[in-house]
Amino acid sequence: MMKKIEIRTPILEKDVRRLKVGDAIYVTGTLLTSRDAAHKRITQYLKEGKELPFNFNGLPLYHCGPLVKETGSGWKVLAAGPTTSMRMEEDEVDIIMKLGVRLIIGKGGMGEKTRDAMIKFGAVYGTFTGGAAVLASKYIKRVNDVQWLDLGMPEAIWSFEVKMFGPIIICMDSYGSNLYTKVLADAESSKQKMWMA
Amino acid sequence: MRIDTKIEEVAVNLLRQSAVKLPEDVKKALKNAYKNERTHIGKIQLKTILKNIEIAEKTNTPMCQDTGLIFFYLEAGSQFKNLEKIERLLCKAVQRATKEIPLRPNTVDPFMDKNTEDNVGKLIPYIHWKITEGDFLKITAFPKGGGSENACALKMMRPGDGLKAVKQFVVESVIKAGGMPCPPTIIGVGIGGGSNIAMELAKQALLKPLDELNPNVEVSKIERELYEIVNKTRIGPMGLGGDTTTLAVKVEYAYRHVASYPVAVAFQCWAARRATAIIHADGKIEYITHPT
Repeated sequence: MMKKIEIRTPILEKDVRRLKVGDAIYVTGTLLTSRDAAHKRITQYLKEGKELPFNFNGLPLYHCGPLVKETGSGWKVLAAGPTTSMRMEEDEVDIIMKLGVRLIIGKGGMGEKTRDAMIKFGAVYGTFTGGAAVLASKYIKRVNDVQWLDLGMPEAIWSFEVKMFGPIIICMDSYGSNLYTKVLADAESSKQKMWMA
Repeated sequence: MRIDTKIEEVAVNLLRQSAVKLPEDVKKALKNAYKNERTHIGKIQLKTILKNIEIAEKTNTPMCQDTGLIFFYLEAGSQFKNLEKIERLLCKAVQRATKEIPLRPNTVDPFMDKNTEDNVGKLIPYIHWKITEGDFLKITAFPKGGGSENACALKMMRPGDGLKAVKQFVVESVIKAGGMPCPPTIIGVGIGGGSNIAMELAKQALLKPLDELNPNVEVSKIERELYEIVNKTRIGPMGLGGDTTTLAVKVEYAYRHVASYPVAVAFQCWAARRATAIIHADGKIEYITHPT
């Protein structure tokens, strides 16, 4: 039976070192979204030594391009499910190493560069069910801020206040275990068997 | 109501229905998948999906933040009036729906990286026409998410390799896609024609009701077999392992060139959004997938 764990932000290295593949976590606190274009811009800013609009240290980074509605008094998040994480693989090492992100939430898993950075610097990858976006929005209690809206609504960086956001299944832990690669390896071996019969 | 206004209104309604509520056949397939799933993590994923569908429907909110690139499949009787206006009306409907529902602005100029903000751009919404006899207009709204679209695959096979190679290619594509297209998926397989025809057929296969058997017995058998071998991969819900990788595999085919054997595999995420209505000549509107 898997463990059910509440994680509060800011997340410390010891918090994520405790987590193992298969754990179900529930996040409470502040998280930041970032997907394709924001990742590119973050990398660019880091290279040029420019200041970023948020402090990422210890916060979860959510691969998400939310559907948000502007209301008279601010923003209302209508749907905010995860997007495919693999597209961000090239930029993630810097985000873990230089910005101190401890938890990445997305879908589909990430590659070896991210895995290595997670082992080295202490971070984990978890997934919230893809497409379950209205449900995800129910855990968002407030929009704190949004920056880089010039990239478009889905590509901007949103700061959300979440409460017990989950279950987020840990799929890559800080010891190199990866649920996705295990599933794919098993699939590959059943494929081999399929054609032998 | 003028017919122009009516066409626009129906298209906006279809976009809303598709974004907010899954067709009954898809819901039923997801409920069955939940019932039959034996892994704990897989069951959690399916339970989350079912909860999400319920809230989306209750609150009239798009079920997924990726409200897709918009496709319309049209079947128009040649006697239906105003055919020349329809494309313009559908674009207007998409712009309205983007604001009113709202839909996420997803349409980007590939060279300038500029989002048009209204889901209308060159060739988008994509409109597929079929002209038939009669005086009606059948509109299917088919918003397609990016995650599943990115997993689509095409292979120009050697004719000598035959059906076994088709099956291998489908399974390879499923494994390569892993959790990225948000399984449990619906898989459309297009065989024959040229490369474009194969992919078009694979896409159209995604529009078929899941609980309807293929009328061609041979093709129906192949669909069943593909369904079984895809699920044997145990990629599972969201690629986290489990019993349900696909809800259904649908095959469409065209005749092929002697030298070619194109096979296309199209993926549809579990949020298989589609909505169809018929506008009759007398102005009567019939909602097919989402009857009121």
